[in-house]
Amino acid sequence: MDVMTDAFIELDRVEKVFDVRRKTGFLKRERRQVRAVDSISFTVARGEMVGYIGPNGAGKSTTIKMLTGILTPSGGRLRVAGIDPSRERTRLAHRIGVVFGQRTTLWWDLPLIDSYRLMHRMYRIPDARYRENLDRCVELLELTDLLDVPVRQLSLGQRMRGDIAAALLHDPEVLYLDEPTIGLDVISKAKVRGFLRELNTERGTTVLLTTHDLQDIEQLCSRVMVIDHGRLMYDGALAGLHEVGESERMLVVDLEREVPPIEAAPARVVKVEGPRQWLAFPASESAAALVARVAAEYPLVDLSVREPDIEAVIARMYAGEAENAVS
Amino acid sequence: MGSWRLYAAVAAGGFRRYATYRAATFAGVFTNTVFGVILVYTYLALWDEKPHLGGYDQAQAVTYVWLGQCLYSTLAIQGGGAEKDVIERIRTGEIAVDLYRPADLQLWWLASDLGRSLFQLIGRGVIPFVFGALFFPMALPTDVMSWAALFVALLLAMVVSFGIRYLAALSVFWLMDGMGIMQGVMITGVFCSGIVFPLNAFPGALGDIVRALPWAAQLQMPADVLMGETDPLGAYAFQATWAVVLLGAGRLLQSAATRRVVVQGG
Repeated sequence: MDVMTDAFIELDRVEKVFDVRRKTGFLKRERRQVRAVDSISFTVARGEMVGYIGPNGAGKSTTIKMLTGILTPSGGRLRVAGIDPSRERTRLAHRIGVVFGQRTTLWWDLPLIDSYRLMHRMYRIPDARYRENLDRCVELLELTDLLDVPVRQLSLGQRMRGDIAAALLHDPEVLYLDEPTIGLDVISKAKVRGFLRELNTERGTTVLLTTHDLQDIEQLCSRVMVIDHGRLMYDGALAGLHEVGESERMLVVDLEREVPPIEAAPARVVKVEGPRQWLAFPASESAAALVARVAAEYPLVDLSVREPDIEAVIARMYAGEAENAVS
Repeated sequence: MGSWRLYAAVAAGGFRRYATYRAATFAGVFTNTVFGVILVYTYLALWDEKPHLGGYDQAQAVTYVWLGQCLYSTLAIQGGGAEKDVIERIRTGEIAVDLYRPADLQLWWLASDLGRSLFQLIGRGVIPFVFGALFFPMALPTDVMSWAALFVALLLAMVVSFGIRYLAALSVFWLMDGMGIMQGVMITGVFCSGIVFPLNAFPGALGDIVRALPWAAQLQMPADVLMGETDPLGAYAFQATWAVVLLGAGRLLQSAATRRVVVQGG
């Protein structure tokens, strides 16, 4: 129970405003303020694994940069492990790990192992611990044959695994991952996800994951936060997204013969193809009740229920937000 | 502390990294040797006309040429050391990765650049110098102390050289692109370091100015220390002063840059 109340990451109405100067004419500049992060509040407990999603430019990376201390919030209060990141960036750095899908912390021209030796010195990891962590990462991320290969010769998937290992050698309490599976093939994605799941369950490492790949979230995170235009639009269980996104499930029924469209409100028929009909109904409604009604009133042969596509749900959320912003 | 082990590891990495560029090293040795020969004959013709130009006799002028070729890449006179990496990392936003680390940016790159310098001194600099010594009359000292004095001057020259280039690199935080500033580094480096012509032989006020600038700490000072033309302690003081000023300015600029950091590219 204590674990649940231990807020490891705390954001209270955090803002980040950038001044953007735009050229509007010869020697004329227009100054404009951009709210990259607009009054965001949330807490993440120690040992949680949270997905942080949003479209490009939503403010995800800005949030992560503030959490690591390389950007200073323009307003609000932010704490990671009780530390104000921008004030004590270096002290905090010993306790966090960061992985960027599109950037590397590895030393480009040198063998992978050289980068790890450098981490050993940089984070002053005791020799025994370094050995142990390295061995574990090498084994789980299958890096054995790659240690002596210069980083520039690694494939993207190999480099990504190498980067994840580099971020974990100093036993960080929290790991920030910025699109860790971007550009990876199915097998590499599975390896990365498997490793992260194990890291979270076995070692209790808190994980904050930003991604565009919703499968990452579906497979790893029990909690998801959606950000758009710098505002937090959703924070809760993945399943709850459907309700917020007003998503619908689909009941597909095969009848004995062609009949007029089935009437079973709140479900509505969206498509008829001979004896097969597609009924959309709110994701929050019980499928069982609907099936019972249809079965009682129509000559039902077969049926299937299709869960809503999470990507469609989120796309709808973004689109709805855009409309709100316009009006 | 113990952080010296980190920076030692960074320097070792810088050394090894450049050691992997074998073809480039070989090409560099060849180029510096050819340039050395061309410059030596030009100098000899000039010193024939004007003996004791800049206070050097012919053997000293030849020594100056070969030391210059030896230090050309060691001190990245035209640029091309750590600043190249720093600029690229600022431009692409990768510098964000460096800021996450519990390490000092300036010391990190200084260590990395010293490692590079040391490799280029050994891997690229020594051969043209030895070639020069074998085929041309040079004014080389025979006592160990003079060589040790040269080595100290070289270390300080490396730090000054880094200090100049690091300042140039940090400006990219504001300029967003390093092309222009690196052109500037190249032109001032070639002219003010004395790689083309000894600063001691620059005339009048121009000579007084270039000899006071930090670039003078790079080649002119080590050359004069090697050939006993100046008091080593005075040379060290000159070099160390510039090293402190440049590194101090770099620190200020670095903290300004990281405070306003708008890491490019999301």
